[in-house]
Amino acid sequence: MKNNAIVTLEGVTKRFPAGKGLFTALRDISLTFGKGEFSGIVGPSGSGKTTLLNIIGSLDTPTEGTATVLEKRISDLSQKQAALLRNEGIGFIFQTYNLLPVYSVYENVEFALLLQKINTTERKKRVMEALEWVGLADRVHARPSTLSGGECQRVAIARAMVKKPALVLADEPSANLDSDNSHHIVKTMKTLNRELGTTFLFSTHDEKVMQYLDRIIYLKDGAVDREEYPKDS
Amino acid sequence: MGNGKRTWLNVSVLSIAFVVIIFFNGMLDGWNKQAKTDTIAWETAYGRLSHPLYDPYDPYTLSESHGVLPGALQEEISAGHASPVLLTQASAYPGGRLINIVLKGIDPAQTLLEIPSGLMDSLPPDVRGDAIPAIIGARMARSAGLDTGDRMIVRWRDVNGVFDARDVIITGIFHTNVPTVDVNQVWIPLETLQEITGMQGEYTYVLLDRELAEKTGQSHGATYAGAWHYTDLDTLMKDIEAVVDAKKGGMMVISALLLCIALLAIFDTQVLSVFRRQKEIGTYIALGMTRGRVVTVFTIEGTIHALLAILLGSLWGIPLLGWIQKTGIPMPDMTDQAGLAVGDKIIPAYSMALIMATVVLVFITSLIVSYLPARKISKMQPTEALKGKLV
Repeated sequence: MKNNAIVTLEGVTKRFPAGKGLFTALRDISLTFGKGEFSGIVGPSGSGKTTLLNIIGSLDTPTEGTATVLEKRISDLSQKQAALLRNEGIGFIFQTYNLLPVYSVYENVEFALLLQKINTTERKKRVMEALEWVGLADRVHARPSTLSGGECQRVAIARAMVKKPALVLADEPSANLDSDNSHHIVKTMKTLNRELGTTFLFSTHDEKVMQYLDRIIYLKDGAVDREEYPKDS
Repeated sequence: MGNGKRTWLNVSVLSIAFVVIIFFNGMLDGWNKQAKTDTIAWETAYGRLSHPLYDPYDPYTLSESHGVLPGALQEEISAGHASPVLLTQASAYPGGRLINIVLKGIDPAQTLLEIPSGLMDSLPPDVRGDAIPAIIGARMARSAGLDTGDRMIVRWRDVNGVFDARDVIITGIFHTNVPTVDVNQVWIPLETLQEITGMQGEYTYVLLDRELAEKTGQSHGATYAGAWHYTDLDTLMKDIEAVVDAKKGGMMVISALLLCIALLAIFDTQVLSVFRRQKEIGTYIALGMTRGRVVTVFTIEGTIHALLAILLGSLWGIPLLGWIQKTGIPMPDMTDQAGLAVGDKIIPAYSMALIMATVVLVFITSLIVSYLPARKISKMQPTEALKGKLV
């Protein structure tokens, strides 16, 4: 898979200052994720899942080792280059949706495209397309405060997908959702993965999500404990 | 307090500061303009050629500062482009009291100044008798207890140092905003003053109309003046400018305090905004905005307070300031004691330059205080911001 690798991690270690010493959140992680994967990083709270996702998403840099995302070394990127990478190549889906409260559904999804300087007609086409994927084309004018949790997360998925990124990072996307919504959300992302070939990388400890994953990497105390390929078993 | 209420409070306070700054400066500009216009009309005309020894700030020079004019200037006087004045110190005795005055001789037929010198001939000769006709200002009339038709003795020293005295009859009282042609001044016909002081054909200074003043200024006074000193209009207006500048300084302190209060409110609001919207900031960064751009967004948001304040200020300020300009600001009586031209009312003058300068001042200061708290975003860790924690 290396010639199709979207993400390559080699000896990634991350330490944070903690009191008088350092806390090691990630230890010597070496992983590769290819195009079209639907994989998850699983582990208990504090195992380093979110930290790993933040490094892959260029929101943070490793203390040691290299992280290469979409052929760019994260440590070598300037702030502007990292912003460009996130804007064009990576979509984020957060546990708490992180929608912009003063904007409508349409404007929230459109926001990612505004940064790319796409003309109005093209933007409208893409936004409506993304909202169609998640089944919210009829709620374009609604404000996030009027949406349910599941609907909010679907808007977040549309926002992440509207720019057709190569990689989507979903950090505990079902944590604030009920069972039905959780299934619905993950199925939606699975469909997008299949139809658009977007690589999805989850951070989760939710069984409802794990059952859909093609590959599961288990983290324990910041290190890779094991990998599983549920579909193969 | 909710965001909306806080915003409108900030905007209201800033709009008050905006309008007050324009009002204060407009009032001073209006006073300045009015004072200059009145002073030119009543006292200085557009320039002055004065005897070399004349010092308007030293009354002791009056006895020596008189002389004959160069011939070329006489022609200008005859043509009405200049008006000569002769000064001498004197004492007046209205109702038995003693007042030190300056006797000023001016041509009754002159039209260069607004002084109604024509009133000197207003009383018929049989009423006037041998008394010297004189006109005085309303302030002088009030302080001396004089009215039209009243007589008083005036005593002076002539050119040889000999004292003399005559009856003076008040033939007219004029109202002026310029106290320096009124308080303790008595105006009599020029020829009469020259005759009684033995200074025939002599003057203390000559006031020039605009055309002659420009000509004299260009030639630095050489053509007409000879040894006489030319004082241009800017120099003549220096005292007024100095007082207005002093007043402006005080007004600016008050305006600056008011502006600072308004800007402090915006600053606090920005600090709170950055603090409360950390997750939003983290989301912007995650979506691909650079930190610099996020700082710009927050700075612009804060600066919108200024735009709203200017709009709101215009909404209520224009009618209010327009009404004040129409009705004028009444001045208390004591203001004319300062010795400067202050009318009964000041009409504020709001120039486009003043308004634009104030708009720019409010805008730029708001931009700065909006930017300062937003700078913190550039040091923010997006991972912490996404969690809602500010580093």
